Amino acid sequence: MTRVTLFGTRGSVAAPGPETAGYGGNTSTVEVCGEDGTLLVLDAGTGIRRLGQQVPRSISRIDILLTHLHMDHIQGLGFFAPLYNPAIEVHIWGPSSSTLSLEARLSRYLSPPLFPVHLRDLPRLTCHQLPCALFEIGAFRIRTALVCHPGPTVGYRIEAKEGVVTYLSDHEPALGLRNGRWPGKEWISGYDLAVDADLLIHDAQYTDEQYKHCLGWGHSTYRHALEFAAQVGAREMVPFHHDPSHDDATLDRLLEEALRQSRPGFKLSQGREGAVFQVGAS
Amino acid sequence: MTHPIQIILMRQLASYLSVPVFLVDPKGNLLFYNEPAEIVLGRRFDETGVMPAQEWSSVFTVVDDSGQAVPPSDLPLMIALTKRRPAHARFFIKGLDGAVRHVEVAAIPISGLQDEFLGAVAIFWEVAA
Repeated sequence: MTRVTLFGTRGSVAAPGPETAGYGGNTSTVEVCGEDGTLLVLDAGTGIRRLGQQVPRSISRIDILLTHLHMDHIQGLGFFAPLYNPAIEVHIWGPSSSTLSLEARLSRYLSPPLFPVHLRDLPRLTCHQLPCALFEIGAFRIRTALVCHPGPTVGYRIEAKEGVVTYLSDHEPALGLRNGRWPGKEWISGYDLAVDADLLIHDAQYTDEQYKHCLGWGHSTYRHALEFAAQVGAREMVPFHHDPSHDDATLDRLLEEALRQSRPGFKLSQGREGAVFQVGAS
Repeated sequence: MTHPIQIILMRQLASYLSVPVFLVDPKGNLLFYNEPAEIVLGRRFDETGVMPAQEWSSVFTVVDDSGQAVPPSDLPLMIALTKRRPAHARFFIKGLDGAVRHVEVAAIPISGLQDEFLGAVAIFWEVAA
């Protein structure tokens, strides 16, 4: 069984406060644990700090899979305690650009004056450039591809024998749809990553009204996210990367409306910090 | 199989432009052409779907300013594909609708972040009489 735990579900910027306490205010971080103890961390938003405090003592390797290097996805990195623990090997996977390696891009943040510690001074860190061919970490086979979002951004398809988890935290597959019609599957960003996923964690930052003003910013509405999930045949979908202006009441309302309007043929579970999903549980 | 994001975005851009745009994959298959390009080809994309290079390069007749036939290998899109460099040309083209158009064509190869070759795109511009 693959266990997936959400440690940060917020997009753009952390939004702590009583209004968001229900769904959480930390930015994107998801823990994926394999049956064999393999530990993957999807994105290093502010949620990764708390995740780092809960890592079992027996762990000797952690792989952090970054979708992209926007601040809300890397801001917690410097506060991830295992990075400073010489007993733990940390691997960071993420997209390079056409001119800079992943390490060079990360160093822009993890170096003075923005951060007191240099990336190069971390004891057991290895960086891996993406996208690349299919690779394996422990029990997981991982597929990546660039997806529709400004700047180099990847999505992840994580396959285990128990099932498939797809993570598309920042994704605007509906960009350019004409008259709301989806094109053939080969023309849908992220399709191959998400097809038949048991659990799809997908960007659902905007309302339809917000999207009118944010077209091309790289995010989805609830409607687009649900339509995408239906296109790929996902079994369960988790709306994710909540807009910082959406308080708990708004997120409840958006989920209710999505269920009422779309009547999805799959399970829809709101992205809540602390939520745990068991993939492969019968 | 999903196309690379650069190709998907290029198609989306092309579908919002008023100039004819042709998009091919690394093998030369014509993956997409927009509505203005349908006029040049004389066929709707919905009707043709993906076309192999041999087919699309022979759909229209191309002659240069002196009336000499331009071989398919000298078309800018073919040069961008085979030599992986930008190419430009001005010629007369006769599409399936029978009309002769004087056009300028610019084509570029599409290279990904790691310089991987993803295809090529050609933009046509009708020369004012």
